Amino acid sequence: MGSIWEYANPVKFSQTVSRFLMPVAVLAAIATIVGLVWGFFFTPDDYRQGATVKIIYLHVPSALMAINIWFMMLVTSLIWLVRRHHVSALAAKAAAPVGVVMTLIALWTGAVWGQPMWGTWWAWDPRLTSFLILFLFYLGYIALWEAIDNPDTAADLTAVLCIVGSVFAMLSRYAVNFWNQGLHQGASIMRAGAVTGADTEEKVSNVFFYPLMMCIIGFVLFFVALVLLRTRTEIHKRRTRALLARERLA
Amino acid sequence: MKALLFRDLKLAFRAGGGFGLGIAFFLIVVILVPFSVGPESGLLTKIAPGVLWLGALLACLLSLDRILALDWEDGTLDLVATSPLPLEGVVSVKALAHWITTGVPLVVAAPVFGVLLNLPPQGFVWLVASLALGTPALSVIGTFGAALTVGIKRGGLLLSLLILPLYVPTLIFGAELARRGAEGQDVSTPLLMLAGITFGVIALLPFASALVLRMNLR
Repeated sequence: MGSIWEYANPVKFSQTVSRFLMPVAVLAAIATIVGLVWGFFFTPDDYRQGATVKIIYLHVPSALMAINIWFMMLVTSLIWLVRRHHVSALAAKAAAPVGVVMTLIALWTGAVWGQPMWGTWWAWDPRLTSFLILFLFYLGYIALWEAIDNPDTAADLTAVLCIVGSVFAMLSRYAVNFWNQGLHQGASIMRAGAVTGADTEEKVSNVFFYPLMMCIIGFVLFFVALVLLRTRTEIHKRRTRALLARERLA
Repeated sequence: MKALLFRDLKLAFRAGGGFGLGIAFFLIVVILVPFSVGPESGLLTKIAPGVLWLGALLACLLSLDRILALDWEDGTLDLVATSPLPLEGVVSVKALAHWITTGVPLVVAAPVFGVLLNLPPQGFVWLVASLALGTPALSVIGTFGAALTVGIKRGGLLLSLLILPLYVPTLIFGAELARRGAEGQDVSTPLLMLAGITFGVIALLPFASALVLRMNLR
């Protein structure tokens, strides 16, 4: 296998996608289904939260993905600006709608859990608010892609927006933290000691941890499959457009 | 650069330039607030700093698409871009002109509108200070948004969608500064954070604005 930049060639990329899409999608389906079934039916209820605790199998993976998809878009945008690989820009474009949906799932499952547990659908908690702002960033990003006709200009402008937006998203995160006290619990899955078994006070028990991990793996694979598919679709769309333009000229 | 600044200012002040529109809008927002939440003075006192900040922010937003769109349409922007003046300087001057024509009047008018909303006496200094410190950031960030959407016809709504999330940190620290000032609390943290945001965006964002403007002019 040569350098990773070989896959910046759209043809090579499409071929590779065709080879890997099916296995990745199947693995994603298996991991998600196993994780969810395991989580929903074969884990005990939390002694205080009851069965509502099980929403973490949707909430945590989607929230994790919502942030990391934006990060992935940031990386691919940078690659596009520096190395001008079209596949990179198209991958960022393809990832954005998935990110929006993940953000929505995280917000929605959080609200559904918050209603019985916190007694409210929504609170202006820093984490919740940051997610709402992240949602707005996604919307703006997608809207800008849609608004510009010239595909290269659109790719350039959205890439810059993604980079500038990342800085401001970070700033907003700290501003929001400063602005209101939190209701949401802190990070309790990857905290030091939580995985290795050295018990800390607030960590997710292993009973919940393994199915949760399964769900996270499932969501990541699902995202990879979707982005591969959507990027390939974008490449095809781009090619169709070029062919049509050529026909019109001829 | 000076010539460009004076040209922009002149265009803004003369008929059809839209000068004063921002203030009028700000005034209307402030007047509408008591109608919507009720005239009870205690409540108005409590929300005055936030409402004044929100009003100023919206008034700022209103005039953003004027920063570059008119020059884009009549080709001035192409001329300016080919002139020896670096584009980073051009967008900085544009932001400065926008601040002078929109931000400064808002800062000056804010205390008067503060009276309408029953702002406590000790709040006026910090309201003016927070707006004076925060509105340059609004102008600079807005110029970035204007540069981003300049090639899009009827991009006004899109501009708002792109810019409002970017305004969040400025709004939070600005309104917090004004609120703490009005309630007589310690103001140093939001003051420093707001100053940091303003000077940070003045230093860095013109490069991004010039970059996207170049992409649009290509």
